[in-house]
Amino acid sequence: MAKVLMKGNEAIGAAAINAGCRYFFGYPITPQNELPEYMSRELPKVGGVFVQAESEVAAINMVYGAAGSGVRVMTSSSSPGIALKQEGISYIAGAELPAVIVNIVRGGPGLGSIQPSQSDYNQSTRGGGDGDYHLLVYAPANIQEMVDLLQDAFDKADYYRNPVMVMGDGMIGQMMEPVEFKERPEVDLPAKDWAATGTEGKRAPNVINSLFLKPEELEDHNIRLTEKYDIMKNNEQRWETYNMEKPEIICVAYGTTARIVKSAIDTLKGEGIEIGLIRPITVWPFPEKAFVELPESAKMFLSVEMSMGQMIDDIKIVNQGRLPVEFYGRSGGMIPSPDGVVGKIRALLGGAK
Amino acid sequence: MAVVFQKTKGLTDKQTHYCPGCTHGIIHRLVAEVLEELDVLGETVGVAPVGCSVLAYEYFNCDMQEAAHGRAPAVATGIKRALPDKVVFSYQGDGDLASIGTAEIVHVAHRAEKITTIFVNNAIYGMTGGQMAPTTLIGQKTTTSPYGRDSNITGFPLRISEMLATIDGAVFVERVSVHNPAAIRKAKKAIKKAFEVQLEGKGFGIVEVLSTCPTNWGMTPVNALGWLEENMIPYYPLGNFKSPEEAK
Amino acid sequence: MDQKFIFAGFGGQGVMLMGQLITYAGMFEDLEVSWLPSYGPEMRGGTANCSVIVSDREVASPVISYDATTVVAMNLPSMDKFEEEVEKGGKLFVNSSLIERKSVRDDIDVYYIDANDVAVELGNAKAANMVMLGAILEITKVVSPEAVLKALEKIFGTAKAHLIPLNEEALKRGAQLVK
Repeated sequence: MAKVLMKGNEAIGAAAINAGCRYFFGYPITPQNELPEYMSRELPKVGGVFVQAESEVAAINMVYGAAGSGVRVMTSSSSPGIALKQEGISYIAGAELPAVIVNIVRGGPGLGSIQPSQSDYNQSTRGGGDGDYHLLVYAPANIQEMVDLLQDAFDKADYYRNPVMVMGDGMIGQMMEPVEFKERPEVDLPAKDWAATGTEGKRAPNVINSLFLKPEELEDHNIRLTEKYDIMKNNEQRWETYNMEKPEIICVAYGTTARIVKSAIDTLKGEGIEIGLIRPITVWPFPEKAFVELPESAKMFLSVEMSMGQMIDDIKIVNQGRLPVEFYGRSGGMIPSPDGVVGKIRALLGGAK
Repeated sequence: MAVVFQKTKGLTDKQTHYCPGCTHGIIHRLVAEVLEELDVLGETVGVAPVGCSVLAYEYFNCDMQEAAHGRAPAVATGIKRALPDKVVFSYQGDGDLASIGTAEIVHVAHRAEKITTIFVNNAIYGMTGGQMAPTTLIGQKTTTSPYGRDSNITGFPLRISEMLATIDGAVFVERVSVHNPAAIRKAKKAIKKAFEVQLEGKGFGIVEVLSTCPTNWGMTPVNALGWLEENMIPYYPLGNFKSPEEAK
Repeated sequence: MDQKFIFAGFGGQGVMLMGQLITYAGMFEDLEVSWLPSYGPEMRGGTANCSVIVSDREVASPVISYDATTVVAMNLPSMDKFEEEVEKGGKLFVNSSLIERKSVRDDIDVYYIDANDVAVELGNAKAANMVMLGAILEITKVVSPEAVLKALEKIFGTAKAHLIPLNEEALKRGAQLVK
């Protein structure tokens, strides 16, 4: 298919419909409004359903209900709205239902701002709701990758019976870039024989539930979930590396921030300074495999984020004490500039070189 | 030998956990009998709440989904939109529906979702140990209104049916009781009507069932039935507030 | 080689469209492109602006920060706000129909275009953005006018197809102003 120019939020909608999503439950919040608007316009054309819920809480619980019926369903919001959705996300994880949640992140805490941010890293990778659970979390860096990952997200959600989050930021939601909707091979997925769709008198009732009143049963459930998360950790790590042959510093950055870091790397390369990049594409599971073998030239890590340093902990965990971990970030809707990153790197390398 | 009474197919064989004298059991049976009589058990998905009836998914003999506290109408919306030809109901208590879930119940009516809600009002939080509910009567003692509910501090009991009846999307609204056999027969008729309204695709239907909580009211089951009749019915009058004929 | 544009004006002047046309045209010419709008309370009827990057390699940051190669100011508040965002040696296009003052910069090339007046002469004041765009294309050569016309057809669709001749004429007149 030919490339088309699309706004990020609308491209998400188109990708979801391409992936067979026919149910969307949402609530208005900037900067993701073009996505529910797109779904309200396009879903009826393909026999789908759009409902504007009374709140984010209701929207995610509608997602939980529809997911229990075995359909491909999605919701989207932005940071404070995603905070409200945590109740339902935890239930969806606990009841092991497939669903896709899009977070177009804006600055926080509280009402924060409506400008781009990456300050929901902890909320997304550490759970966010109650209990022992994880989401598979994709963090695309451009609209094409967002579209590709979104389509994967539905397959992975079905495969693992687990909610999948696609985390962008206000910038990627609002910007326009060329995008291509590629033909996708059919993925062989298990039948949804667990769905609550009515017994038709042919089987025992199916129950969608996350309640286990007996401690030993809940523990068994938690152990089984953890085994599933371990499989996800092993199979689903995704990352990209850039200029990693002989870097003095390895930057770690995800999403749109990684693009800014690449720009800084190119500038410094022109001056003979070698800087590498590990770009997590999944932030959960964090791509620890990318950190197993490090180039001997590397003197330190530099985490670059649009937050106050939420990813540092994960870098430290996979670094296992080998190298110092430094940080450069902007927050509140301020976007790091390539010059800012270059300046930080120069300072870390001991001034002009 | 002629069979004059048998257990409905709408309930499983599981013994319920409800306290002796609790009227949840009666209300479960009425819903289950209606589903069986309408021959829709195999086409039904029920939504259980958080509260005393949290385990309703073990008792109704149909597909069930357990909702978060107060969210049953939202969950039911998701199910009904995905399965528009199926019968979907939520079963909720007064803490669930009239307190934490007010937004969800108002908006399920506002959207005219074609689902049925069974609202069990016993004027108290049962599961958590007898705390005050929005439906607790003035003067009623609970574990969080130990001196009796005082309107100066906690306002006035919430009349859900009257409120929902003002919403155009709510096409069937009736308050019933289960304090004696005649009332139980009327309650069943209302529940059946509410499901028929759903089957006809007319909009949202709710049946509020006045119910007892002998354990947390601190009464014998028989006294509790009497207390319901003498105290609850005067504040929460029984009757039909809305039916499709007048909703138009 | 990157070209980085900021288009700014008030709502209704078609500044978002100007940016989108260059973005589309760049895509048609197999260049890497990005279009980033301002969003926020100010977009509800107030000032509007967008950043467009056209490049022969992957667009790194879609954000322009004091390194615009070209700024287009369609009204005075936009000129006041974005004049300083032009990099040294860059270009500033001023809608002199609505902006009386001259640029304070002496390290950039400034083009004063009577966009509204020319559009009125053409019979439609709304085409001021196309007059301006014609001048921009002529000076920056960022994309071809043919690609912009193709983009215009794409965006206008059949519903607004009758407006294309007017817009084409406006593009030509804009180009003539700076030839």
